[in-house]
Amino acid sequence: MPKDHGIGAAQKRREDVRFLTGAGQYTDDISVYGQTYCAFLRSDVAHGTIKSIDTSDAEAMPGVLRIFTGKDFEGIGGLPCGWQVTDKHGEPMKEPGHPVLAQGKVRHVGDPFAAVIAETLEEARDAAEAIVYDIEELPAVVNMKAALEEGAVKVHDDLSDNLCYDWQFGSDQADVDKAFAEAAHVTTLELVNNRLVANPMEPRVALGEYNRANDESTLYTTSQNPHVIRLLMGAFVLGIPEHKLRVVAPDVGGGFGTKIFHYAEEAFVTFASRQLNRPVKWTSTRSEAFMSDAHGRDHVTKIELALDAENNFTGLRTDTLANMGAYLSTFSSSIPTWLHGTLMAGNYKTPAIQVNVKAVFTNTVPVDAYRGAGRPEATFQLERLVDKAARELGVDPIALRRQNFIDSFPYATPVAVEYDTGDYVATMDKLEEMIDRQGFEARREESRKRGKLRGLGVNCYIEACGIAPSNLVGQLGARAGLYDAATVRVNATGSISVMVGAHSHGQGHETAFPQVVAEMLGIDESMIDIVHGDTSKIPFGMGTYGSRSLAVCGSAMVRATEKIINKAKKIASHLLEAAEADIELKDGQFTVAGTDKSVAWGDVTLAAYVPHNYPLEEIEPGLEETAFYDPSNFTYPSGAYACEVEVDPETGRVEILSFAAADDFGNVVNPMIVEGQVHGGIAQGIGQAMLENCVYDENGQLLSASYMDYAMPRAEDVPFFQVDHSCATPCTHNPLGVKGCGEAGAIGSPPAVVNAVLDALNAGGMTVDHIDMPLSPHRVWKAMQG
Amino acid sequence: MYSFEIESPVSVADAVAALGKEEAQALGGGQTLIPSLKARLAAPAVLVSLSKIDEIKGISAADGVLSIGGGATHASVAAEAGAYPALAALAANIGDPAVRNRGTIGGSLANNDPAACYPAAALASGATIVTNTREIAADDYFEGMFTTALEDGEIVTEVRFPIPEKAAYVKFEQPASRFALVGVFVAKYPDGVRVAVTGASEEGVFRWEEAEAALSGNFSASALDGLSLPAEGMMGDLHAAPDYRAHLVGVMTRRAVTAAQ
Ligand SMILES: Cc1cc2nc3c(=O)[nH]c(=O)nc-3n(C[C@H](O)[C@H](O)[C@H](O)COP(=O)(O)OP(=O)(O)OC[C@H]3O[C@@H](n4cnc5c(N)ncnc54)[C@H](O)[C@@H]3O)c2cc1C
Repeated sequence: MPKDHGIGAAQKRREDVRFLTGAGQYTDDISVYGQTYCAFLRSDVAHGTIKSIDTSDAEAMPGVLRIFTGKDFEGIGGLPCGWQVTDKHGEPMKEPGHPVLAQGKVRHVGDPFAAVIAETLEEARDAAEAIVYDIEELPAVVNMKAALEEGAVKVHDDLSDNLCYDWQFGSDQADVDKAFAEAAHVTTLELVNNRLVANPMEPRVALGEYNRANDESTLYTTSQNPHVIRLLMGAFVLGIPEHKLRVVAPDVGGGFGTKIFHYAEEAFVTFASRQLNRPVKWTSTRSEAFMSDAHGRDHVTKIELALDAENNFTGLRTDTLANMGAYLSTFSSSIPTWLHGTLMAGNYKTPAIQVNVKAVFTNTVPVDAYRGAGRPEATFQLERLVDKAARELGVDPIALRRQNFIDSFPYATPVAVEYDTGDYVATMDKLEEMIDRQGFEARREESRKRGKLRGLGVNCYIEACGIAPSNLVGQLGARAGLYDAATVRVNATGSISVMVGAHSHGQGHETAFPQVVAEMLGIDESMIDIVHGDTSKIPFGMGTYGSRSLAVCGSAMVRATEKIINKAKKIASHLLEAAEADIELKDGQFTVAGTDKSVAWGDVTLAAYVPHNYPLEEIEPGLEETAFYDPSNFTYPSGAYACEVEVDPETGRVEILSFAAADDFGNVVNPMIVEGQVHGGIAQGIGQAMLENCVYDENGQLLSASYMDYAMPRAEDVPFFQVDHSCATPCTHNPLGVKGCGEAGAIGSPPAVVNAVLDALNAGGMTVDHIDMPLSPHRVWKAMQG
Repeated sequence: MYSFEIESPVSVADAVAALGKEEAQALGGGQTLIPSLKARLAAPAVLVSLSKIDEIKGISAADGVLSIGGGATHASVAAEAGAYPALAALAANIGDPAVRNRGTIGGSLANNDPAACYPAAALASGATIVTNTREIAADDYFEGMFTTALEDGEIVTEVRFPIPEKAAYVKFEQPASRFALVGVFVAKYPDGVRVAVTGASEEGVFRWEEAEAALSGNFSASALDGLSLPAEGMMGDLHAAPDYRAHLVGVMTRRAVTAAQ
């Protein structure tokens, strides 16, 4: 019988009640007394020299309180990058300055160079338009290959060129060369991982408030990690000590990575509110979001696979150009390196792997983590390549994968990581069962009779979640720790508030986290609430990204709850006049083992706070514990995905008929939430594969700058998903055995879609090696024309 | 948005008077105009809302002609234009429910977006666009992208569609906006077939005369065999190159003819 309480129960998300009935409290819903409004003036050219900015007319306009330009930020820190990558020559990456408001030059369309504070938003916007400026347009560099050519226009004049770093990673050169020299077959593929705009439903918002009475600043912001923002903004940009700075990230309407980073607008409103002694609010328009939210992906890769005569993978080599945009966003440098190179082994025991990545500055919006961050890029390259190899060799693509699967664990890859568990055969078996592979040829024939080309695409994926441990990532260049923290505060009557460092912006923490504590204590979930998103309430945690919340913060919560249980047992042993070792906790009752003597959870908690009958000489009153948890390894979710499509040969239009996902997430706390995460991830993956594309023209103008041109996936673009997570190999190193499920769908789905379309075309008699995403009707039609 | 005055007259006469004011502009359903106001791309001083004028909302069929008030919403056309099923189906497939419940046929025809659906229907049907001052034949009305024969302050009060024997509209959607990447409206009348194409040409909606001639002799998809349009003059953008659009016009025309049988 399915459980309805505790770990494993498919409880409905309790937060949905407020979200669905309009009671959510998003940043823009927060307004404070005396609030002013901010409008940014943003560059409409991709590259230019700021000759002059004359704000005098604008300052005289109604309601205008103050206008800031880059000059006001001289001597103030720029936006920091949180990860220093060391290149293959041992040199640190190039780290250009990133002022809050542009100084001297603008470097991408959307780069803010002035900001108006006014009594109303319309007054601020009117005044921003009245600022007179002279920006001399310079030639822009947009294409990464062109940016690396001799004599290319430089994005940053103080750097020697546009190369941020040239990174190399993996096996010894000799081993890789040998694998290719001795290969019976080499498959080569060049591909683009298309640039994406995350497009969370809620645009970014920042509200800065300064309290002169205690010299304290508060920033309300749409963030996935309020403590990270407090640390970066307080310590690196504005020089405000932590105890005078509070960051609140209330309900957040989707993040997908793009709300991890510390943005100029956050620092600006905090700074300006201190200057004016008035609260300052900025709410992004959708148009601003397109040109100021960090973008995702944008890799161009050449990848090669060496196989021996028995079709065993013997070597893998990749060459990637990764777009950084005009400035280094908070975690940008780590995405194409440590979150991408380390995943290149995939599910396969390829013995020699070399990853080369050049990160490039261009006159475009900064690029950083977007759902999956590096891992979708790795998966896409590898799984497209394996499919191409199978086609070239004339072997079954699933059989080729199975033959090369890693089949014993733990497994140390040539790209530094050690997979603790997995069962790739099991997920592939499950997948084949889900998709009725035997019946596929009959379905293909049926489509053919209707004049359509049917295709089946399959891929595997492996991902690494809960990036850790801190001492390792520190060696790799991270400028932060990657632990998390939880405080379990038990109240006198037994109800519990759990303050967590993780931040929920769609992940359902408020439902899933209490299920864990409820299971451990044997009490009802309704007695437990999760508190998150406010640095003045929660312990120092690193927030939510990289599918880390349950694996890292959930583990901290388990450790803190264990401390609670230990102390509660001491109290119970006192109340029951029994030895502590004999106390058992079950269903919210502390019982003396082998007797019917017991005391209820609520009696113990009450004793802790009303310690009349209490061992005060042995233990402190109260029942509140904190734990920090730093994982010893990543977790490695994995799975096998399949997609079936039909292509209209006359128009190139692709219809996705079905999509199946067999995932191994280890233990699952709430299967309904897990399925929801997979559904959302696959929808975004299908979005990348079929629809989404962020396009600049050669002058650096953003062509896909609204929903009229940037195609988001809609309900009718995705089929009903078949999802399964029954093939579970629990994580071996965290207390819950959980792996993380937030990004899997987005990581695992694009190659299946593309593989399916190529299968349809090739089985339909065409020879098409590859089509770059998104597979728009036009691109597919063009590929079909040969 | 810049600030503006708004007036909501209840008669065409009052609306015409209000539109005589300095920098006044008609507001239909606002589905095109309001986004451009929000983006500060337009700055009318006075908006004259037409949505309270009941006399331009009616939909009725008589003597083989379907008359639709210029203020009728796409949703009401979808629901009430049963006398001309291909037109009702076109309206039912514009945008999303919010757009259909606000957007109007008058606004669509006045705007004449090169990728909009109604212009194809009006041109293929040889419709008459009726304004507060005159009647304009569809063949004389569309003057290229976003340009029409309307004068400043002229209001589309009614559109009269002769009801064809057979007709169909087939729209191949632009993936992002869902406007027509290419849309073809085919209508068969006793005196011949008319084919109007939207979404494709740099000149806006146009009639494909070779196809009309072929289909007037033989109203079947096979009559189009061997006919194609040159890529030259077709729009090229992020979503489709001119040659692809030209190709799609052929495919969509054949499909429309088949659907109209
Ligand atoms: C998300 C979305 C999707 C859409 N998809 C489609 C689609 O698939 N196909 C399609 O064809 N359209 C589509 N549209 C456009 C939609 O049909 C609009 O409703 C239409 O273009 C304009 O009509 P409106 O009544 O909203 O006009 P408004 O936006 O109010 O006005 C548009 C212009 O027409 C003028 N005007 C309005 N009414 C009159 C009148 N009676 N007489 C004279 N001038 C007038 C206005 O002054 C203005 O210049 C879409 C719109 C949106 C927002």
